[in-house]
Amino acid sequence: MNDKIILKYKVDCDDFTRAGEASSSVKRKLKLMGFDPEIIRKVAISLYEGEINMVIHSYGGTIEVIISPDEIEMILVDKGPGIENIELAMQAGYSTAPDKIRSLGFGAGMGLPNMKKYSDDLNIESIVGVGTTLRIRVYVPIEE
Amino acid sequence: MTIEKFVECFAELKVINKGTQLDREVTGPYCCDLLSIAMSKMPQGAAWVTVMANVNTLAVATLAEAACIILAEGATLDTDALDKAKEKGVTVLGTHLPVFETALLVYNRINE
Ligand SMILES: Nc1ncnc2c1ncn2[C@@H]1O[C@H](COP(=O)(O)OP(=O)(O)OP(=O)(O)O)[C@@H](O)[C@H]1O
Ligand SMILES: [Mg+2]
Repeated sequence: MNDKIILKYKVDCDDFTRAGEASSSVKRKLKLMGFDPEIIRKVAISLYEGEINMVIHSYGGTIEVIISPDEIEMILVDKGPGIENIELAMQAGYSTAPDKIRSLGFGAGMGLPNMKKYSDDLNIESIVGVGTTLRIRVYVPIEE
Repeated sequence: MTIEKFVECFAELKVINKGTQLDREVTGPYCCDLLSIAMSKMPQGAAWVTVMANVNTLAVATLAEAACIILAEGATLDTDALDKAKEKGVTVLGTHLPVFETALLVYNRINE
């Protein structure tokens, strides 16, 4: 079982009714494939935060999840305003979420810090006025 | 205590949606309204007490594997959220009690 499985999802901005669909779907698939619950939790949290950030902060984009036996890689590409200061955005508590969004329970400024905490490798590239690309990796320890 | 028993033993809590997986354990109450904090801190099997009652609450409950959601302060699900609860099989209860009293009630009942 060395083959990679590639899953693709489209994320629309402001579509809260479907937000979380990609993470739920990936979670379900990983469960069926027998991945460790801790690994699944790391993937689900990281991907959900990334997905919801696309819904809230971008104009929409795509998610690609590449499942290999030794790692799960998630590539989130959006078109949008981009992130001007990534270091600042990474700080716990920093959020530009408007009141309307905060009233839904978002805007703690914990999404990116959660991704950092629950992934093994997080790479963010962003161009202001163009969009943001996130590459999130969760490693799967090889069982002896 | 299983979700099944949990749902039955509280006269104070109204059943808004009876979900699936009713044989899972309820481990204890957890309180938070900010979704990204709840997402990362909620223990598995928690009875999640919150006043946030929208589709995002249901997505987080599913991903974080909460046992159920308890909507405090009389919060209710809108139609989208109720549909989502049914689709995802999430157990949702409701009460007019404030968040702390609700969590305390759950805590005492589980630990008695
Ligand atoms: N895909 C994105 N496009 C543009 N800006 C983004 C994107 N993702 C994050 N940001 C910016 O980074 C900030 C911090 O993001 P983070 O996810 O940590 O917090 P939040 O989304 O504001 O709140 P929370 O995730 O806690 O609900 C956001 O408020 C926003 O300004
Ligand atoms: Mg966020």
